[in-house]
Amino acid sequence: MKRREFFIKSAVAGLGTAAYLKFGNNFDLFANTKTAPDNIYDLVAIKGGEADVMFNRAINSLGGMKRFVKPNQTVVVKPNIGWDVSPERAGNTNPKLVKQIVKECFDAGAKDVYVFDNTCDNWTKCYKNSGIENAVKEAKGKLVSGANESYYQEIAIPNGKRLKEAKVHELVLNSDVFINVPILKNHGGAKLTVAMKNLMGVVWDRGYWHRNDLHQCIADYATLRQPDLNVVDAYYVMKRNGPRGVSEADVVTMKSQLISTDMVAVDAAAAKLFGFDPNDIDHIVYANQMNVGTMDLTKLKIDRISL
Amino acid sequence: MIVALAFLLSITILFLDITFSLPEKFSDYPLYLQFIPSLLKYLSLGTLAAAGFLVVIVFTLLFGRVYCSTACPLGVLQDIISFISKKIKKRKYVYKKPLTKTRYSILIVTILVFLSGSVITFNLLDPYSNFGRILSNIFQPIVVGINNTIAFFLESFNLYWIYPVEFRGIEIFSLLFSIGVFGIVGWMSYKHGRLYCNTICPVGTFLGFISKFSLFKIGITESNCISCGVCERVCKANCIDTDNSSIDFERCIACFNCFTSCSTEAIEYQFRYLPQKKDGPIVNISKRDFVIKSAVYFVGASAVLKAQKKIEVYKENEIPVIREYAVSPPGSVSINNFTDNCTACHLCVAACPTHVLQPSFLEYGLLGIMQPRMDYIKGFCNYDCVICSQVCPSGAILPIKQESKKLIQLGIAKFEKDNCIVYTQKTDCGACAEHCPTKAVRMVLDPEVNKNAPKIDEEICVGCGACEYACPTIPYKAIYVKSNPSHLTAKLPVQEELEQPDLEEDFPF
Repeated sequence: MKRREFFIKSAVAGLGTAAYLKFGNNFDLFANTKTAPDNIYDLVAIKGGEADVMFNRAINSLGGMKRFVKPNQTVVVKPNIGWDVSPERAGNTNPKLVKQIVKECFDAGAKDVYVFDNTCDNWTKCYKNSGIENAVKEAKGKLVSGANESYYQEIAIPNGKRLKEAKVHELVLNSDVFINVPILKNHGGAKLTVAMKNLMGVVWDRGYWHRNDLHQCIADYATLRQPDLNVVDAYYVMKRNGPRGVSEADVVTMKSQLISTDMVAVDAAAAKLFGFDPNDIDHIVYANQMNVGTMDLTKLKIDRISL
Repeated sequence: MIVALAFLLSITILFLDITFSLPEKFSDYPLYLQFIPSLLKYLSLGTLAAAGFLVVIVFTLLFGRVYCSTACPLGVLQDIISFISKKIKKRKYVYKKPLTKTRYSILIVTILVFLSGSVITFNLLDPYSNFGRILSNIFQPIVVGINNTIAFFLESFNLYWIYPVEFRGIEIFSLLFSIGVFGIVGWMSYKHGRLYCNTICPVGTFLGFISKFSLFKIGITESNCISCGVCERVCKANCIDTDNSSIDFERCIACFNCFTSCSTEAIEYQFRYLPQKKDGPIVNISKRDFVIKSAVYFVGASAVLKAQKKIEVYKENEIPVIREYAVSPPGSVSINNFTDNCTACHLCVAACPTHVLQPSFLEYGLLGIMQPRMDYIKGFCNYDCVICSQVCPSGAILPIKQESKKLIQLGIAKFEKDNCIVYTQKTDCGACAEHCPTKAVRMVLDPEVNKNAPKIDEEICVGCGACEYACPTIPYKAIYVKSNPSHLTAKLPVQEELEQPDLEEDFPF
């Protein structure tokens, strides 16, 4: 994509978003959802079911998938596929959840649904052994490589403190809808990886982040563009030795899921679910200060569901 | 010819499989008969499963150098070049005198250097290994380039059918060497057919020597021969002398061009031990002297060169980090075992999915030139991967099982605190611990900076290099793998059980 084309597209996307935010409530008249706008929650926490079942139930509380995906739009789903490990090792997002999200996107009328990650291990092996390749193919989504610099376009981050620019995967820049699907797990450097940390997988030069205050860079990137939806997979949760883990002994079964449009809120809730105080995770605190979202969960309308 | 093309194509595919879609075991079939790798594998393993070179010798003892015309990929490549050359310009071969002195000198030097404990001459002259290097150093980058160009083109239409393949640079010496060999072989075959096989190639000379004793040989039945000279003109080995109605069977590579060209069926396999007229042997003293002297010179030189096996990897850092030895791949047992058996065919380099295996320059010393080493700047060794050990045809990398590989300690991670971001920048990083598959490197709170800093448990470190690869410090790394010249066995990481959470509990927010 040319720089000019990018600016035009982002301007159009921005106007679209603005229009949606301004008149968004009216769209629901046509969207035929059961939930009235007033009943839409800010954050949904759900536990006790299979990943796909929980997602179906939770997305309804957020107004249904049609609130996020309009007919003929292109969607990018960004799970964590960073590691060459099996689903039980909880290094990557639950494939069942990814499959269900892709399916729901198509049901809402999506034209194309792309799935990718800039992996840490060999990408073909990550895609395969995580079970996500199969899941995406079954749901008729398109799995794309994130393993080549040529996919990434340089863009400025005007509000960043340490991270002033980043090379971002073209699919994230070109698509209408961006759905972030992290897995909740322990992390040696960032303490915890959830929604904001998961976005390290849409950029090329991660080394820069590590060199230049990892937490600040994570918060800086989060100022760029909020994903349209964040779905935190906490079905299997890696409690230690993250983000890769050593064996299944690192994993506990929580059978939980958190959904929100607010990355900071969902990360704060995930930290609590994990057993951490969000105030101890620097990037959550920084992002909160930079008004990316709110970490004060008492201000939010939360739907808590046990299946 | 079909057999020859089958060998050539399958070996070519092996080297150019840039998307790694072939099963590893595929390599066993076309590579089983590759003479030098098989010989080395046999010497180190001693199993019949590695005795492809014996099969070659048996075939040679029966029918002459059929290896050279079918199984040898460099030979078949030359045939293709000759074929093209003939299409461009009508070219006729003529009988040429053998360059016996040259080829036997090369053969004897090769054998003597090998007996003195170095495979450097195999490394430089083995036709299969040279072919492999030509493919992996010259053609693979071209294929990657074409693939990536098509991928980018399709991508601009939002089509992601094929994906660009990552290209992590080339080792310049190996590339130049391969271009040189390709140039020489190409020029020789373009002008003179199989000149390379009959003057330089030690395998060709050796099999030619054996074919002196082969049971059947190709000969001219004088009663049928009308001395038309057609066979001489099609003989790419330049070994048919129609003036004297003789065939130099030592140089014959059994391509059978003469069979098909002969209109009178005067050329056929003859049983060798029919009584035949022979000249008495002529011994040329000066020739013998030259051979012995040059052999002694090369053996001496190789011993001197072997003494300088150390090199520095990192220089000019605040704290100089010196890696005394290169890291040899898993399954190679030790640097010595590896360098003694590797012919640098670069199949492992082509097959390595993480690109950690790269051709060396002088990291193993001059005698190990071009033999692959673990390059942790380009990649790291995947914990579960054993592909290099499965494709290696020479036994330099022995076959290993996935489970045992996880305990092979190639080297040990060493930490340079004063190069580490946690100490120099006082910010969090953790990239090394992030990638470590055994958690031999973990982040532990250091009260000095009140940050989590890397800590290494050397016993469970396998030396995969994931930490070194991931370490983002520039220009030099804060963590690196120090080679174990002989590989050791690592301990398994111990894992305590975790308490499972109560699913009935309410959300903590």
